[in-house]
Amino acid sequence: MSTPESEIMKPATPAGPMIRTLMGIAMLSGFLVVLTYQLTKPMIEENQRRAIEAAVFQVIPGAVARQDFLLDDSGVVAVTPEGPSEGIPIYAGYDSDGRLKGIAAKAAAQGYADMIHLLYGYDPACRCIRGIKVLKLAETPGLGDKIITDSDFVANFDALDAILSSDGRALANDIVTVKHGTKQHAWEIDAISGATISSKAVGKALNRSAKRILPKLMPHLDDLAQQMVIQR
Amino acid sequence: MRNEDELTMTKRENDTITWETFNEGLWRENPVFVMLLGMCPVLAVTNSAINALAMGLATTFVLLASGALISLLRRSIPKQVRIATYIVIIATFVTIVDYTIQAISLDLYNALGAFIQLIVVNCIILGRAEAYASRNRPLKAMTNALGMGMGFTFALLCLGVVREILGAGSLFGFDLFGPRFQPWVVMVLPPGGFLVLGAWLLLFEWIRQRKARTALKPATET
Repeated sequence: MSTPESEIMKPATPAGPMIRTLMGIAMLSGFLVVLTYQLTKPMIEENQRRAIEAAVFQVIPGAVARQDFLLDDSGVVAVTPEGPSEGIPIYAGYDSDGRLKGIAAKAAAQGYADMIHLLYGYDPACRCIRGIKVLKLAETPGLGDKIITDSDFVANFDALDAILSSDGRALANDIVTVKHGTKQHAWEIDAISGATISSKAVGKALNRSAKRILPKLMPHLDDLAQQMVIQR
Repeated sequence: MRNEDELTMTKRENDTITWETFNEGLWRENPVFVMLLGMCPVLAVTNSAINALAMGLATTFVLLASGALISLLRRSIPKQVRIATYIVIIATFVTIVDYTIQAISLDLYNALGAFIQLIVVNCIILGRAEAYASRNRPLKAMTNALGMGMGFTFALLCLGVVREILGAGSLFGFDLFGPRFQPWVVMVLPPGGFLVLGAWLLLFEWIRQRKARTALKPATET
């Protein structure tokens, strides 16, 4: 009985070296992580900026320049490094003469597998959605991811009606996804047969985001147009 | 006193680095095809060859760097806190890989998703740290880690190439068969991972057994 007990007691390392090792490793690890973070930060930011930029120009036909804004109840503020960070981010796209071509905003809804994240472009001239771009999705390849590739489905967003009601507080007609082949109105999205859940998620995301953003944004549309002029 | 201890310790360790040190991971004890370790990334991110390659290289880097550091510090890590220390070291290098991949390509980063972070809990890496890096000199540990990493990358590529060709009709993103090819979608879905892994395991086991039989034959005949 006494032998195993003494064996158990024997390898007791004093706490000092243990704490020293753990602290040393933790400090080394912290240093390495911070170093990597600092080194890669500009590259990662550049990548993200380019990804958003490419998406914005894709959903606003004719745009060649862009300015980021934050939207809140009081209006729009241009995004600057030291400016406020509260509000919904929106991206305004301008043509080469500095005229406002459209506004892009993010939308998201639950799809079949996970949240589908979209960027959509709103054209104030036709008061319609002119394009969508899927930023992130985890839908079934070959079925749900047809919302990116199916040309008939993408054609829904050539001019998807998003007119505000007469009091300007809500959409005149909710954007809805309808069964494949039954699209009748300009605010309806023709679903892909076999990918109904993913198609519906797109409709839901657009409807929710448009409802939230457009009534707030429309009174300040001129601010967006002017902002670019000031910048130039 | 301490120096003497260290000398005897080094003497006891088998220092020679041979082809076997490297080949152990690459073929003889291939982490995927022989040890069946790290199945989670093997099945999850091999739906295209480029994902498989990136995952394999990321894991190789973590294996190599953590192996080197653990092997360097192996005498100053008290036994009681070794697992915690290994995990912190591994997690550090995984975070470095994570940032690096984000800096290289966001598309790749999105495709690999959470599996980059999950390299931390990949049992191949902790297993190598515990069983090899903590008992061998840095150079030997790194040679072995490189072999293991290459073996893992090789196995991931085996799956990724087959699944991408069958499931998407392309290889490394290049279209192979033209627009008339009807892709076998199940191959890029999770079941395809199991099917292809099973087929590869069958093939490698067959090769191994045939090798063993031809090696045994002269002995049994005499």
